[in-house]
Parts: sequence; C-alpha cells; structure tokens
Amino acid sequence: MKEILSLDRVTYAYPTEEGKGRTAVDDVSFTVNDGEWIAIVGHNGSGKSTMAKLMIGLLFPDEGDVRLFLEKLTDENLWDIRSQMGIVFQNPDNQFVGSTVQDDVAFALENNGVPVEEMVTRVHQALAQVKMAEFLDHEPHHLSGGQKQRVAIAGALALQPRLLLMDEATSMLDPQGRAEVIRIVHDLKKDTGLTVISITHDLEEALLADRIFVMNKGKLLRTGTPEEVFAHGDELETIGLDLPFAMKMSNLLRENGLGLKGEHMTEEELVNELWTSHFNK
Amino acid sequence: MDISLQQVGYLYGKDSPFEKRALQGVTATIASGSYTAIIGHTGSGKSTLLMHLNGLLKPSEGSVQIGDTRITANTKAKALKDVRRKVGIVFQFPEHQLFEETVEKDIMFGPLNFGVPEQEARKRAHELIALLGLPEEVAQKSPFDLSGGQMRRVAIAGVLAFKPSVLVLDEPTAGLDPRGRQEIMELFHRLHHQENLTTILVTHSMEDAARYADHLIVMSGGTAVMTGSPKEIFSREEELATYRLGLPRSVQFQRDFERLIGRTLPDMALTEEQLAQAIVRAAAEEGDA
Repeated sequence: MKEILSLDRVTYAYPTEEGKGRTAVDDVSFTVNDGEWIAIVGHNGSGKSTMAKLMIGLLFPDEGDVRLFLEKLTDENLWDIRSQMGIVFQNPDNQFVGSTVQDDVAFALENNGVPVEEMVTRVHQALAQVKMAEFLDHEPHHLSGGQKQRVAIAGALALQPRLLLMDEATSMLDPQGRAEVIRIVHDLKKDTGLTVISITHDLEEALLADRIFVMNKGKLLRTGTPEEVFAHGDELETIGLDLPFAMKMSNLLRENGLGLKGEHMTEEELVNELWTSHFNK
Repeated sequence: MDISLQQVGYLYGKDSPFEKRALQGVTATIASGSYTAIIGHTGSGKSTLLMHLNGLLKPSEGSVQIGDTRITANTKAKALKDVRRKVGIVFQFPEHQLFEETVEKDIMFGPLNFGVPEQEARKRAHELIALLGLPEEVAQKSPFDLSGGQMRRVAIAGVLAFKPSVLVLDEPTAGLDPRGRQEIMELFHRLHHQENLTTILVTHSMEDAARYADHLIVMSGGTAVMTGSPKEIFSREEELATYRLGLPRSVQFQRDFERLIGRTLPDMALTEEQLAQAIVRAAAEEGDA
C-alpha cells in the first residue's frame, strides 16, 4: 500500500498574546494509504479541524512533520502539493468566488492554467457528479445551503485531486442530500481510487469508512475499522460522541432488561437478533 | 399568540428579470403555545417561510396574521416593529452575529435599542446567562473568547433578551457535535415550557421533529403540503417519500421490526426510548423476558 499522507509526532498550539495557548493537536501520528476512506471523529474542540489545517499547510506544526504524497510539507512545496488536493469546508458561504455556479467550479481550474476546452468538460462533469448540472448559470448565493455545498464539492472534484479532504462538509445538508453526497464520494473512491479524509460528526457516515480515527483533547485516542472502534462504544459516549442508531437501540433495549447477544452495528443485524432470540417462538 | 398564514405567496426579485417564486398558496395555523416543526428538503421554501414569521419578508400574495397584526404586501415597515419584538428568530449560526466587546454588552444591545433602561437590560442579561446555563463569569468576557457552543448560547440569549413570546429556530444545532446538539435541543425544550413560548423549529432532523414537536408542517415546492401531529404525519410514509422526506430512524426501525415479527406494536414510538420500552413489552407478551 502506498502512503498518501502521514503525520509524525505532530504537535501544535495556537499562538496567543501571552505566548502559546492550549495545545490543540498533541503528539499525533498516523498514516493514510492510497485509496483509503478515513473518517476523523471527535467533539467540537477535540483538535479535528486544527489537524485538517495542518494537513493542508494552513498551519505548520510546532513539532513533528506532515508528509503528503511522500514529501514533507514545507513553505516551498506547499502550492505544488495543494494542487493535488481537493478541500471542502463546512460552510459553503465562505468559499464562493464565482458569480455563477459554473464560474465558481471553474475558478481553481483557471488558476491552475487548465485549457478552456478541458475546463468546460471538467466543470460539467463535476457538476453532474453532484447532481447540480442544471444549475450551471445560477448565482451561488441564491442556492440553498445544501445545493451550495454540492457546488463546493464539485469545485474540489474538478481539480481531479488525489486526496479529497472534507471538513464537516455534510453537516449542513438535509438527510437525503447528505446521503447523496456520501454515495457520490463513495462511488468516486471506488471508481477512481480517490483517497478521502472526512472529518465528521455523522457516525452513520463513519460506519462506511475503511478506518476511523477518534480525536479527543488534541490526542489521537483510537484508530481502527468501524467494528474495532465501535466495540468501545462507552468510551465514545464518554467523550461526547454519538453511537450509530443500531448500537444506541441495543443499549436501550439492554437497559430495559432485554437480553441480547453480541454487538449490532446495523439495524438489520439488530432486527434479526430480536427475531431470533425473542420473537421467533 | 396565534400565527395564521392565508394563501401566502412570495416572489424573490418581483417584477425583475430574475423573478423567482419561492412560496405559493401557503395556508397553515400555528397555535399559541404549540411546538411546531417545519420540515422539508433543501429548497422547499422553509427558510423563506420563516422570514415571514416576523415580518422580515412581507408576502407578495395573501396574508400573515401574527397576534393582532395582519401583514400583507402593502403593510408599512413601521407596523412591523411590534411584531419583531414579539417574534424572536434564532438564525443558522447565530454566533456570526455577535459583535460587542463583552457578552453582557452583546445581550444588552437589542433591549437598549428598544429603549429599555440600562439597569434593567443588565439585570435581564445576567438572568439570561444563568437561564442558558453559562457560567456567570462569561459576562465580562469577549464573546469571541468562548467555545462554539457557548457563543451560540450567547447569541440565543441576545434573541431572548427581547422577551419574545414566539421563538423561531432555523436549524439551531447546525455545526454542533452530538452532545452540543442534544444540549441545545433540551435547552429549547425547557425554555418552551418554562417561558410559555410558542416555538417554531425549522429542521432537517425528523428525529428532532418527532421528539420535540407537537405539530408538524411539511413544506415542498414552496407550499405547505401536509400538516398534523407527528404520529399523523409519520404514519403517511409513502406520501412523505414523494416529498423526498424519510421517517425518523426509530419509526423506520419500528416498521422494519413489525414487518419481521408479523404484527404491529400498539402505538407509534416517537423516540428511541419509547421504542425500546415498547419492544421489551412486546417481548414479555411473547412469554419471553
């Protein structure tokens, strides 16, 4: 497996007037491989977003190294490395520059010197991928929140990145819009081998990831497959995170005195267990 | 204060080449003291409707009755002042509207503008800081030094400072983590009862609508397509699907469960806790537990 991104003992504290403030990211190390989908979860203030800024060189670590595409991220190679990444932030209102949807998606392509003909093709393709093709000539500011975010994702996809970083990018979408975006990103990952890092509060989304990284108080608390991470459900609840619906339901059923065997990650597993153990008489 | 919408229509950029219809023939009633959730997928007109609830937008067609005030396309702006005091809106990401040097000053800003004496405004600000579960010492801090969840509480306090009798919430938990979301929703639930508010929640979350609201308005294509209690609305699964809306997870789970065991539970469970209890009771009836 080829490495796409790694953090090696990265520590960062925001500067304040009196020197250094609270340590936002504390001695974090991990590796993300080509084609992986990583979900990074943690409560607000756990250091997730600071870590995202360190990954894209908006901040540089006080200690340790960030390596992208096998190169240490520095002031010199920052722009070259960033041109291979697509980044989508939480609030699309802060990332619009174009006066129409297609101008907006084309903006970064133009900056990167993509020829006009290819630009047109890529813009249309990217907008089709997020189901916003019919909004080419609309003004971004007249779109609803969810539509705006799909355009922002199209802007990132048009760059044909090797790594897509989403910083709570689905948190403002409605449930169907969210499911649609996750499905689109999932397909892209499967078809093109795109590496995806998604910082999210949506535990159902995290269930689909290859691996989950759990952040707490600036530290990487736990990493593993969804099964491995959710096996420590109590720990997640203690640090203010939610559990997937099926796990929450089975916990509630147990609290109400119903005997259940094993853990249930999906609703199907739980319904089947209820049937087998209690209702198939 | 009852709110009644009669055949409300709204056009953005009316009579311009960019004219775009956002609302058409919306008729709905929001009873005083109710907790109403407005649900609908992205672009269904929820946010435009919300801005009619305190006169930020005047209907292009039809009328909006808020208490004693009737708002139509011809209503003068001056007549809306009273309505804006009685209906407080908490917009999405309300913390973006904070601007004062201290939390206390920020909460006092609105009341002072409406002519409330300084001493009274300060007293009210401190009451609100306590009511919203913020530590007393934040009063003299800059709102920008607080955590995201605390900033949101300060912004909400700024809206409550007017002592509104109607509180309109536009996706108030957007961007918060799960614990923050639950805390804010429980806070509004408490305020609704404690302050005898009429609460109107605009939300994407069917779970929140099921758990907290007693009345639902479903928006689609710029009009109110369904109204009723949560149990009434969520029992019409196929109709909801045509408006691109799903069921709350617990209701969906109950449906799947009932299909598998081949019988229905006595009542629709609106929360996970209710559902867990209903399943355990059903298991006991099977001679199990």
